[in-house]
Amino acid sequence: MIEVKNISKSFNDIPVLKNINVLFEKGKTNLIIGQSGSGKTVLLKSIIGLHEVDNGKVMFGDTIFNELNFKDKKKMRKQMGMLFQGGALFDSATVEENVMYPLEMFTEMSSSDRKERANECLKRVNIINANKLYPAEISGGMQKRVAIARAIALNPKYLFCDEPNSGLDPQTAILIDELIKDLTVEYDMTTIVNTHDMNSVMEIGDKVVFIYKGEKWWEGSRDDIFDSENKELNNFIFASKLSQKIKDLKSQF
Amino acid sequence: MQLFYHVGNYFLFLGKVFSKPEKIKIYYRETIKEIDKLGINSIGIVAIISVFMGAVITIQTAYNTENPMLPTYLIGLAARDSILLEFSSTIVALILAGKIGSNIASEIGTMRVTEQIDALEIMGVNSASYLVLPKLIATLVFSPFLCLMSMIVGIFGGWVAGVSVGIITTQDYIYGIQYAFVPYYIVYALIKMATFTFLITSISAYHGYYSYGGSLDVGKSSTKAVVRSSIFILLFNVILTQLLLS
Repeated sequence: MIEVKNISKSFNDIPVLKNINVLFEKGKTNLIIGQSGSGKTVLLKSIIGLHEVDNGKVMFGDTIFNELNFKDKKKMRKQMGMLFQGGALFDSATVEENVMYPLEMFTEMSSSDRKERANECLKRVNIINANKLYPAEISGGMQKRVAIARAIALNPKYLFCDEPNSGLDPQTAILIDELIKDLTVEYDMTTIVNTHDMNSVMEIGDKVVFIYKGEKWWEGSRDDIFDSENKELNNFIFASKLSQKIKDLKSQF
Repeated sequence: MQLFYHVGNYFLFLGKVFSKPEKIKIYYRETIKEIDKLGINSIGIVAIISVFMGAVITIQTAYNTENPMLPTYLIGLAARDSILLEFSSTIVALILAGKIGSNIASEIGTMRVTEQIDALEIMGVNSASYLVLPKLIATLVFSPFLCLMSMIVGIFGGWVAGVSVGIITTQDYIYGIQYAFVPYYIVYALIKMATFTFLITSISAYHGYYSYGGSLDVGKSSTKAVVRSSIFILLFNVILTQLLLS
């Protein structure tokens, strides 16, 4: 479980996050949605400590993460996995080396055990026969899957995904969404996904938090969205004609 | 104010770089890789530049000492002292600032803008130390070899040019490079080279590490790294010369 309490963040005196309170539940896929520039990436990076919050608390279970010292934060981070928007795989390492990296850095596993675990993770994300390829030699969707494999290599308690579907075709995007959802249940993780992909909201949004102009504007489940009368949320979610039609159809039944 | 900000931030950055490594074995492996990438790969350029500079120094010295009162072995002596005192450390360092400085800044800068550094931080790795310490050790370990090689190749280039153009005989050149030889000049050059290498690697890494934006910004960081490394090399050249030779 992750809880943020009254967190605020400004850049050059411009407030980006304003007193946000949210509870992200364990074993569920928690989605942060919002328009570009609404502050959702800043919120995600504030939760994981890549941005220092101006005030408020970020709680991982009972631990106040943003008040920990550098050393304790480092320890805590070994329980986290993150999928970045562009994958953030190490260019100079092969697919297999990328997945083995956290194992090599933080465990005393033998070389063969590390390899076995890396292959297990790669197999779990359906990457086969690509171990010796470099990130530049595989597709964007594969890069995302390798990044997921690297993120789960140490059996993390927390998984963070920043726009996991950006730049992917709809079919691959669905595969990535399903993978995130399945792994969340399988590893009993607290997963936070930052997205503006409405398919993801409908597919995997156990809990959805809508950020509007740096404030938490709405929260609920994906089913609640259809019943919500929140104007900004509706404008955002049902912006396209297709989604508007789906909403109209759903309201007829 | 910007200057003070960068100076303070640079020393904080060095503090992070010199903190305890997570796993010595991995750092050792990375250091070996960096020796190959930054050191061994620089041998060619240093050798080419040294041989030509040695040749030019010899020809120019001969041109400036055409007075029959001056013995020709002085050409060898002047070429040796120029190479030992200034060329093999300062000029080679300026060339390395362009080669390895831009390499380090662009590599680390690209890792920053593609979130690879964030990925390391999220894993709990001290990214500054992991990325920069092996490069610093590698360049510090390898720079004396480059400096010594530059001295030898430079003096060799001077001999080839001098003899082939016919301005000095082999005997006079060898006598000149042995005449009034001060071994401390080599120590002086090595101290300068080690200092310059540290400046190149740390300043370039600093600029790469604090890059932000996109590829254009990485290019800008890389340029800044080369320019600032070069300025600090020249500044420290004056300081060290005063401290070590006066």
